[in-house]
Amino acid sequence: MITLTHFLVVSACIFCIGLYAVLAKRNTIMILVGIELMINAAILNFVAFGKYDKVNYGGQVFALFAIVLAAAAVAVGLAIILNVYRHFKTINPENIHELKD
Amino acid sequence: MMIESLLFYAFASMAIVSALLLVNIRNTARALFLLFIVLFAMAGLYLFALADFIAITQILVYVGGVLILLIFAFMLSNKELLNDLQSTSKRFISLPNWQALALAVAFLGVMVYSYISWSQHMPQWITQSEAKGTVILPTDNNIKVLGFKFMTQYVLPFEIISVFLMMALMGAAHLSRKENNE
Repeated sequence: MITLTHFLVVSACIFCIGLYAVLAKRNTIMILVGIELMINAAILNFVAFGKYDKVNYGGQVFALFAIVLAAAAVAVGLAIILNVYRHFKTINPENIHELKD
Repeated sequence: MMIESLLFYAFASMAIVSALLLVNIRNTARALFLLFIVLFAMAGLYLFALADFIAITQILVYVGGVLILLIFAFMLSNKELLNDLQSTSKRFISLPNWQALALAVAFLGVMVYSYISWSQHMPQWITQSEAKGTVILPTDNNIKVLGFKFMTQYVLPFEIISVFLMMALMGAAHLSRKENNE
């Protein structure tokens, strides 16, 4: 029998892998991938709890909202990354340390 | 029941192992293709929480849209990536790897410990809905109910999120255009 705790532990693992990617990677695209992993862990929590909410379907509805938000975030983030690459000729966040032109 | 748990563990281990491989691999293109596997396995896990529409949307939006965008952005900024792999000086945002690893493992430990101690006393609304039988069953028609919910109870968040999505995509298109006058 698959209980709620199984889902929570799996999503905790995925979340921490995403956290590690955000902290350790030296490539902006991989940092974005780490953020996507963390959002996916949150969506897994949403649907796991949403199983017990048949009246409102809140978990599944807000999981869909979270997917839309993640898609919007990745579109804007990649546009910013492409602009930064065009400007600085690098996407390593350590080399991007000035705001002025 | 046996085969259900077996499939759940297979999907979970597939997601976790390929996510671990994703953060450890040096080649960014391979890491992005491993993200395919992670997202598919996560969609499989959503099925076990009886969220079939969410799983299909995950495959459509993430694998079909987000991942293709990521691969495009990777290919457009490919030239400097190979040099970045060697440079290790001037760390500003990124921590050294062992510190990030320690932080992530500590976070995992805290979360798993709190989940396991929390699962002894579930919140009241979960035990109530289990007692009343208002739990989503595998025989329910989720998509129909979700459609009704979106158009009645959640119509305001739905409209707000659609306007937000339009704003975000227009902003992304505006940001990534080429400027001719410079």
